[in-house]
Amino acid sequence: MSWKTFSALLARDAHVARRNFLQLLVQTLLQPLLFVFIFGKVMTTSGLMPEAYKSILLPGIMAISMVLAGVQAVSMPLIVEFQFTREIEDRLLAPISTGWVAFEKVVAGMFQSLAAGLVVIPAAWLIIGHGVNLSFAQPVLFAAVALAVAMFAAAGGLALGCSIGQTQIGLMFTLVIAPMIMFGCAYYPWSALASFPILQKVVLINPLVYASEGLRATLAPQFPHLPMMVILPALLALDGLVVAFGLSRFQKKALG
Amino acid sequence: MGVGIRTEDLRKVYTSPPPAAAGAAGFSFTASRSRGPAPKGAGGKNAKKPEIVALDGVSLDVQPGEIFGLLGPNGAGKSTTVGVLTTRVRPTGGRAWVGPHEIWKDQVAVKQLIGVVQQRPNLDFALTAREILLFHGAYFAQPARERARRAAELLEEFKLTDRADQMVRGFSGGMMQRISIARALMHDPQVLFLDEPSAGLDPQTKLMLWEIIRSYNRAGKTILLTTHNMEEADALCQRIAIIDHGHIIAQGTPRDLKGSLPGGYLLRLRFSQTSPGLTARLQALPGVREVKTVDGQAADLYADRGGSLIGEIVAAAAAAGAELADVHIAEPSLENLFLHHTGRSLRE
Repeated sequence: MSWKTFSALLARDAHVARRNFLQLLVQTLLQPLLFVFIFGKVMTTSGLMPEAYKSILLPGIMAISMVLAGVQAVSMPLIVEFQFTREIEDRLLAPISTGWVAFEKVVAGMFQSLAAGLVVIPAAWLIIGHGVNLSFAQPVLFAAVALAVAMFAAAGGLALGCSIGQTQIGLMFTLVIAPMIMFGCAYYPWSALASFPILQKVVLINPLVYASEGLRATLAPQFPHLPMMVILPALLALDGLVVAFGLSRFQKKALG
Repeated sequence: MGVGIRTEDLRKVYTSPPPAAAGAAGFSFTASRSRGPAPKGAGGKNAKKPEIVALDGVSLDVQPGEIFGLLGPNGAGKSTTVGVLTTRVRPTGGRAWVGPHEIWKDQVAVKQLIGVVQQRPNLDFALTAREILLFHGAYFAQPARERARRAAELLEEFKLTDRADQMVRGFSGGMMQRISIARALMHDPQVLFLDEPSAGLDPQTKLMLWEIIRSYNRAGKTILLTTHNMEEADALCQRIAIIDHGHIIAQGTPRDLKGSLPGGYLLRLRFSQTSPGLTARLQALPGVREVKTVDGQAADLYADRGGSLIGEIVAAAAAAGAELADVHIAEPSLENLFLHHTGRSLRE
């Protein structure tokens, strides 16, 4: 593997991301931040939601933003690049194996996912104002969870981007992304599903559950959450699975 | 020291429509391309996906430092051959090498040696023309200063300097083709693949491209180009392989290939009707080498002279009770060669 080639591929993605910076920012952060404003600010200030909800919501919003950013950053360009115009061809002909070209996409997506996560927390905090109670007492664990979430998001984008065509993007959002967000324990802790025992088991197949619960466990440990002994292994297993699946989809799509 | 290309009995069978990776824009196989469920009577075991044989035992030997042309109609297997040779299409059978490297086993080493211009421009639309060249150089680990210099040179050579810093999205087809070629030359590859390079270029740009190909070749580089244009193959290539339906039907220098035609001249004749008697009379005319009758009315006549035969043909037709309705005389050409081997015109 040539590091020079790999870093040139990364530089290309960074260059394009910089060029589309504002659009990317709005695309990934506007929706979660609007949600923060309504539920974290309007609803809590009016007394419809308890004050504590602010701190429950923030880690979930971070999880959503990271997953959305990672999935979109990788899948959207890939869908276009694999279309009729085959824009990706030049990179497939770069002197590096096809697997590394795909993995570069994952790494680039991870950066964008992490950036989104790191931007959304202070932005949401600013919107909500006082009453947020987050802890940064476990930086290593927090970093590990954030990295695992970013990897899952970017690899998921790779798998989706290589599996669907341009005409199915809308369908992807209604069919995959929307249910994942709603059942992803982002807007509520997993324990809140206790009164729906079957649903509570079923949502465990949703990767976003581990992302939300993992970030909640490190940022707002005062609230009930899944044990870290479940979250980290689950996230790592998902990472491995989705990366492997995404790479094989990419190989299939790239070669005739 | 140049780098050669060799293939041994290359086969490629598609079980689904060929992906764009093969670059086969003009795929025109008659085989069914639908992937619908097999007919009910076929039964589970025997149910087979429709198969499209794109390459059927292609063996080529391209010498280091030569301009080699792959000539054939759309759908003949040219783009698939280029796809396999450039690591982009996985062959179903057979082997191929670029220099000492077996392509499927040593892809990275092969990619290092080759530059590729595909049939359809496949530019990175998120970048400007200059950035396309700069990043391409970076993928090949060229130092920053060298890439900047080389990119500027190529932009100048391809007359793109004034548009260099614009996004390529708004470029015309010809400009996209020029930047594609510049990109392929950026890392100074030992072997250059050009798939239908002059399709869509205006005559002036085409001549410029031919000159660039020739001068690149003079620097000792190997060039493999595909074309369905025999003038281009004739003018540019030192050796040619004629390909049809995934088979190589003839291979050699343009001169040898043309010389291999019986007679050289082709007279395409149309009569009110043909008969074995007429064929025999035509065959007996002095200078006629071969007569092929086509669908009851037409005859292709290979001979070592052209117009001077007409009088005798008219007489022979009259003697056989037929009337000559149409004549077309073609001088020795690759077109005739293709027709001779396949019974079809390259342009069809």
